[in-house]
Amino acid sequence: MTTTPPLVLIRDLSKSYRRGDQIIPVLDNLSLDIPAGEFLALMGPSGSGKSTLLNLIAGIDSADSGRLEVGGIDIRPLSERELARWRAGHIGFIFQFYNLIPVLTAFENVELPLLLTDLPRQQRRDHVELVLGLVGLADRSDHYPGQLSGGQQQRVAIARALVADPSIIVADEPTGDLDRHSAEEVLELLEKLVHDFGKTVIMVTHDPRAADKAHVVRQLEKGVLM
Amino acid sequence: MFILKLILRNVFRHRLRSLLTVVGVAIAILAFGMLRTLTGLWEEGMKHASPIRLVTRNATSLIFPLPIAYLERIRQLPGVTRVAHGVWFGGIYIDEKNFFASYAVEPRNYLALYPEMVVPPPQRDAFFRERKGCMVGASLANRFGWKLGDPIVLRGTIYPGDWEFILQAIYRGKDKTVDERGFIFHWDYFNEKLRMTAPEQADQTGFFMVGVSRPEVAATVSETIDRSFKNSLAETITETEETFHLNFLAMTEAILIVIEIVSYVVIAIIMVVAANTMAMTARERTAEYATLKTIGFGPGHIAGIICGESIAIALLGGAIGIVLTFPAAQMIETALSDYFPFFSVTPKTLIYEALASLGIGVAAAVLPTWRGATIRIAEGLRRVG
Ligand SMILES: Nc1ncnc2c1ncn2[C@@H]1O[C@H](COP(=O)(O)OP(=O)(O)O)[C@@H](O)[C@H]1O
Ligand SMILES: [Mg+2]
Repeated sequence: MTTTPPLVLIRDLSKSYRRGDQIIPVLDNLSLDIPAGEFLALMGPSGSGKSTLLNLIAGIDSADSGRLEVGGIDIRPLSERELARWRAGHIGFIFQFYNLIPVLTAFENVELPLLLTDLPRQQRRDHVELVLGLVGLADRSDHYPGQLSGGQQQRVAIARALVADPSIIVADEPTGDLDRHSAEEVLELLEKLVHDFGKTVIMVTHDPRAADKAHVVRQLEKGVLM
Repeated sequence: MFILKLILRNVFRHRLRSLLTVVGVAIAILAFGMLRTLTGLWEEGMKHASPIRLVTRNATSLIFPLPIAYLERIRQLPGVTRVAHGVWFGGIYIDEKNFFASYAVEPRNYLALYPEMVVPPPQRDAFFRERKGCMVGASLANRFGWKLGDPIVLRGTIYPGDWEFILQAIYRGKDKTVDERGFIFHWDYFNEKLRMTAPEQADQTGFFMVGVSRPEVAATVSETIDRSFKNSLAETITETEETFHLNFLAMTEAILIVIEIVSYVVIAIIMVVAANTMAMTARERTAEYATLKTIGFGPGHIAGIICGESIAIALLGGAIGIVLTFPAAQMIETALSDYFPFFSVTPKTLIYEALASLGIGVAAAVLPTWRGATIRIAEGLRRVG
């Protein structure tokens, strides 16, 4: 019997920040496997290194030492430019404060990742409309973020994370700024991504209700997984 | 395409801030254009200095006279086609503030040497015939409402007393760069009067205007002239008209250099102001730039967005400034016609204005563009919460 390798493989990963001449250790020899199709919640007190770990997995920050493979690719040696291209193809991002571009409509925000592909205009349009429909905002595509509620904005952000069909969705406190009802909608969407579309979702959260939806909950404390 | 769309929408994001920057750039470009036009006028005037006209003056100083007897000697030198002469008269019309350039000249050769002064032949002949006749520029005649045949009395400042003239001719410039505020009259009349009132000042002139056959002989001729009067009572300096003007206007030139510097300072100031505004704008949007980078956009995209916005604002302001240059120049020309014979904007000034606005846009963008393009994503994202 052969075991399929995990989608994300982390071994002895360390990361510290430098503040002046002071070195702040954040992650300390951390090891973790995330199989494909998992819905993982990372919990832990503020400052424990959850965002840092997420950023490392997503290739927007670099570790000091250790092994980090995503989809069989060792991403640590990749250059900035290679990482950018890799992220565009493999990772979808969801942020606590949605991070939509205020001067672009919902449609244009969702279309952003596709602008980096060779897809012709019509196909981009089809993709965008498909994912906006999926998050229930087909009728809001011409609205600007300022004209949408927080929950709607986060759903636009989910559509944006989804549109280029990445295998991994990373979400840093996606419900942190939402009321209970909107948070519920967002979590249901994330669940759907895992169940219906086979995505792997890695979510940082403080919210126990959010963690309940996940398959696996891991606690991070002072840079060490419990 | 997308970058352009984003740039345009960003320009209109902080309407008031963008508007103020645009207005600031417009005013700076307008001021720059006006100052450049002013210095350009002088260069333009220089162009009129003829390369086949020399000016001979007293070697000691411009204010010392030369014997009129030199006239014949200069006329006979090889390469000389024509000689006129004249004296700075410095008369005042009624009041001190009514000051203008006035010269006593030998009119026939003078007008022949200065074809850029255009006079209707009947007026010219009347002026030649009338001993007390004078000829003035159209702008000067306008200013004082003088008509042909009017008697005009000037009070002498260097040569005391009231001097009576009769207006016989009004000249116009061949083109608008020719000064139309001159006042000339017969040296013969001037000299006769001096013979009676101040004989020691008679039979002298201020300078000789010497026409030469070709520009190439100008240097040789001026040397020959000066050599012939070496060791005589009044030694001479002969220069091309251009050099003469340059020396005469040395002081003016210094002022013009200062004006030119000020024109650049104006641009530098608006550059600093625009750079500060752009830096503020870019700082506020750090998280957006980080988000775009997260999605996979590169430093080049971010640089294009920031730099493009800065240049768009500067060019918009520049365009407004350039358009306003025309009515502003028109207003100056009307309001200050006594001082500037014309005040018109040259294509060169317009090009300078356009380049200056582009420069403002680029300079303002340098720092924020560099920061935006190089910001590390993880740090940029932290700027939200
Ligand atoms: N760019 C940085 N420079 C310096 N210190 C940082 C930086 N990013 C994070 N840190 C520090 O690393 C620690 C972990 O941060 P983070 O991963 O954001 O924690 P969490 O998301 O669990 O709240 C904190 O002490 C934080 O101050
Ligand atoms: Mg965090």
